[in-house]
Amino acid sequence: METVTTLGPTSPPLSVRDLWVEYRAERGLVKAVRGVSFDLASEESLALIGESGCGKTTLGVALIRLLVKTARIRQGEVIYRRDGRAVDVLGLNPRELRRFRWRECAMVFQSALNAFNPVLRIWDQIHDTAQAHGMVSRDEVRRRAMQLLEQVQLDPRRVIDAYSHELSGGMRQRVLLAMSLLLNPQVLILDEPTTALDILTQRTIIDLLRRLKADVGFSMIFISHDLSTAAELADRVATMYAGTIVEIGPVNDIFYRPAHPYTLGLIRAVPTVTGEFEELRSIPGAPPDLIDPPEGCKFHPRCPYATPQCRTEEPVLQPYYGETHAVACFNVARVQQDTGDLGARFSQSLGDSIL
Amino acid sequence: MSEYLIEARNLVRTFGTRKARVTAVDDVSFGIREGEVVCLVGESGCGKTTTGKMITSLLKPTTGQVLYQGRPVWRPDGRKADDFKTYRLGVQIIHQDPYASLNPSHTIYKILSTPLLHHKLVASPAEAMTRVVELLNTVGLGPVEDFLTKYPHQLSGGQRQRVSVARALTVNPRCIVADEAVSMVDVSIRVGLLNILSDLKRTLGVTYLFITHDLAVAKFFAWEGRIAVMYVVSIVEFASTPQLINSALHPYSKALLAAVPEADPELTRHKQRLQLRSQDIPSLLALPSGCRFHPRCPFFEPGLCDVQRPELTLLEDNHYVACHVAARQAGVAGA
Repeated sequence: METVTTLGPTSPPLSVRDLWVEYRAERGLVKAVRGVSFDLASEESLALIGESGCGKTTLGVALIRLLVKTARIRQGEVIYRRDGRAVDVLGLNPRELRRFRWRECAMVFQSALNAFNPVLRIWDQIHDTAQAHGMVSRDEVRRRAMQLLEQVQLDPRRVIDAYSHELSGGMRQRVLLAMSLLLNPQVLILDEPTTALDILTQRTIIDLLRRLKADVGFSMIFISHDLSTAAELADRVATMYAGTIVEIGPVNDIFYRPAHPYTLGLIRAVPTVTGEFEELRSIPGAPPDLIDPPEGCKFHPRCPYATPQCRTEEPVLQPYYGETHAVACFNVARVQQDTGDLGARFSQSLGDSIL
Repeated sequence: MSEYLIEARNLVRTFGTRKARVTAVDDVSFGIREGEVVCLVGESGCGKTTTGKMITSLLKPTTGQVLYQGRPVWRPDGRKADDFKTYRLGVQIIHQDPYASLNPSHTIYKILSTPLLHHKLVASPAEAMTRVVELLNTVGLGPVEDFLTKYPHQLSGGQRQRVSVARALTVNPRCIVADEAVSMVDVSIRVGLLNILSDLKRTLGVTYLFITHDLAVAKFFAWEGRIAVMYVVSIVEFASTPQLINSALHPYSKALLAAVPEADPELTRHKQRLQLRSQDIPSLLALPSGCRFHPRCPFFEPGLCDVQRPELTLLEDNHYVACHVAARQAGVAGA
């Protein structure tokens, strides 16, 4: 791997700067990711939340450059660091890229049902992957595979020679997790890791991810439309809207002190199970067309706080509360006045948990 | 007149061939009063959709009976009852997938006007147009002119699901079965759709059987109604929504409530969990003996739970539970 610069041990494993991704479509260019920047800290868990079509999966796939042919990274920088060395992911040649994927940065795709080759046994798929990445000793791969399957709470002997259709959804998701860890990647990207799983299975996957992260010590980015998964697993949360991050901050800040009207809208639109009945509010309108997005702030047509400024000028991410919380909105002060009740919910749930 | 608008009585449905039969629903009974909301909650494969389809007679029960306004829908010989059409018009369904449930080659106008004209609910095409416009307004699709000539593929998922709601309303049903009607719709649009369904209850008195895997949505939509929890082909608990959410009695319901992730970091990370004995969901081809939950249940009592099937029993006011242990704790014998 090519070394660009030497850095201190505290540098984040992944830095993304001003990343733009577009898709060619019949009607024009789909601006799927528009100027995204963030750092992923070591052993951190970052959630990308947003609704379908907000660009979160495109962003995830762009980080390991697995975009489809019609997509193009227009500009930006993705810097990956390990052991004091840094590489520019966007500058890797195909051979380097093959080494980078899985060994440094692995992705677990959405829909564990379709991620396997149906005519190969689990063992063959693991072995193929290991071979392609230069692990030659069959016995060693087998040992490693058994150990990983055990780590994801599966019975290795039952699973390793099975075909994917013989496994339940939750088991397949766990096998995928085990496979993603095969080459000890430093960064794991998970696309909707618990979507389409039943509640009790979801719970096992969430608990498993938390434990694996503590035991193995990787950083993870997980993409989710589901706020509750983010509330469970994230250290930090980034809200995406129309291809860009509109708010990013520590998980409690995002849930109890959201500063972007869209984040606030999402939180108010999601009911919780525990507790009394709460009124929910929906966000009016629909997400914008990314081929021909509105002028100014892309959220302004749906935003109750919108001013004339929002219609012409697009706000950029700016520090909001401390150094860790940033938001792209001109009307933060007015939004803040309306988040008081969420703060109350915070202290209440804290109180409940102490009791 | 029956107490219930629609009632399921001992519904059983099996699928398969003579060699291998799978029971998808076993002995499910419940009734829904006029204007009431009943939620059917459960994980995939528990039989909730099959139950919904039997309620709408898209599937015929293997045994058991569906009653509409107190009258059986099926005759003893298995044929449709004489007033089947009244029932058919009275009970409509909204399917889960708005991308698959609307005919792609029909305009929105055609989709909504066909049932009106077919059932002669309108006297003329002009009247049909008036009614279609009214329906689109009801579900909040405006400006109406923009939608009439459009095809489903030109609409977003949320808009399509609103068309599905409008289509269910064309025949003025008294009961709507909503099968995961909001689960494929984005969060920001979901509440809007739920509110439209709630408004129909208030303004038109529509009765709902609301099928969902999402406990939070069930709680929100059916707060004044009741929730039935299904586990592996049967109902295990049936109670008013606040009772079920705040003081569930069946171990499976408790496990679900404890496991469900919540959109509130402190709350969700400090929840008390209920550790199950096994994570494996039983195969429908080999249902466990006795209580179907016993292989996973933390309160399992050998010799009782694996031998005897617990019946759905009234343990508290309007609170039915199918569990030997819960029944004993409530001081009710012989569950």
